[in-house]
Amino acid sequence: MYEFKYHRPETVRQAANLLIKNEDAKLIAGGHTLVPVMKQRLASPPHLVDLSHIEGLNGIEMKGRALVIGATAKHAEVATSAIVGEAIPALAELAGLIGDPAVRHKGTIGGSLANNDPTADYPAACLALGATIVTNKRRLKPEEFFQGLFTTALESDEIITKVMFPVPKKAAYIKFRNQASRYALVGVFVAKRPSDVRVAITGAGSDGVFRVTAFEEALKKRFSPKALEGLSVPAEGLNSDLHGSAEYRAHLIGVLARRAVEAASAKA
Amino acid sequence: MAKISLIVNGNPVNANVDPRTLLVQFLRENLRLTGTHVGCDTSQCGACVVHLDGKAVKSCTTLAVMADGHEVKTIEGLAADGAPLHPMQEAFREHHGLQCGFCTPGMIMTAVDMVHRKGHDLSDHVIREELEGNLCRCTGYQNIVQSIAAGAKAMEKSDLA
Repeated sequence: MYEFKYHRPETVRQAANLLIKNEDAKLIAGGHTLVPVMKQRLASPPHLVDLSHIEGLNGIEMKGRALVIGATAKHAEVATSAIVGEAIPALAELAGLIGDPAVRHKGTIGGSLANNDPTADYPAACLALGATIVTNKRRLKPEEFFQGLFTTALESDEIITKVMFPVPKKAAYIKFRNQASRYALVGVFVAKRPSDVRVAITGAGSDGVFRVTAFEEALKKRFSPKALEGLSVPAEGLNSDLHGSAEYRAHLIGVLARRAVEAASAKA
Repeated sequence: MAKISLIVNGNPVNANVDPRTLLVQFLRENLRLTGTHVGCDTSQCGACVVHLDGKAVKSCTTLAVMADGHEVKTIEGLAADGAPLHPMQEAFREHHGLQCGFCTPGMIMTAVDMVHRKGHDLSDHVIREELEGNLCRCTGYQNIVQSIAAGAKAMEKSDLA
């Protein structure tokens, strides 16, 4: 790991000022993506701004009909939160599938979103649930926020502060893990919302998380695994690597989407 | 350099560290607590698991500066020198939960954290799921799982947490 200067702000405003003052500074919260990348010398930020000491940035609460999760809430906190379990159990389950217990004690929702790893779990939940990503500057819809592999709309001095999830009628996340890395080879998040159905896919798209509108329309008419029979997604635009071909991933999307609809139906 | 103050195995520690020092390096090289191992150095194998404020974390993926003001417990802190072993350590000895022993400190710290979160009556299924982040490359996991189940029960009757 290369040398860097370490900063520990106590407020989001201080953190933002540090980002403005120090070019190429990076934010760190749990560090479970950034530290490994820095160890491999794939990243060498000259400044690290530690968000973990900012109070009130990791809260989990209901506000009206939305579940609001603070940016530095850890995966383990989301997975075991009674509030999340009550409002959106699929989200608690998703958080409990990330990494392993020790990783879940450190990794944060804000970190996962800001990194936008194409195999991360939270982006699928944000896109399917129609979450609002709140920063120190503005509110972003997932369609605006996620901009392809490891790319987001975040500006260099912008900090995610919280994520607001509208509570769906039914939802489920089914993850098919890569046997070695345990990241999603394919993950499907299905959400039946008051006005529509959304199906978001992670792990498979060569451009990151995406929605399958053909599935969504069929499920809006009839929310049943049977509604998806005969439907498939094209392999074009999907990842192909030693873990699975694009065709295999396309097949998995169909299978996992049906399982997710079944699981969501069983919950409510 | 950054000044840090933390509690390690119940003792206050003050030090000046380069911010890029990993917690595992700090424990092993500065404090000479070499029970915590570096296996994969990529947060996958779990040989480096310690407790940070009572929760299992991978010390190879944690910066020492980020442990400033917090409490760290390593395998050395489970039982006092010369005193009887911690019940989880004793269970690993009794049930042959190790062969070469390299993964063992991490296995035991993970196991103790597991008991804190999941209680004393752990099914094989729960133990195997919870061992997701700990790799053993020699025993297979059968005896490790047995050790943890027995250690979890023994911890109920023990004063050692």
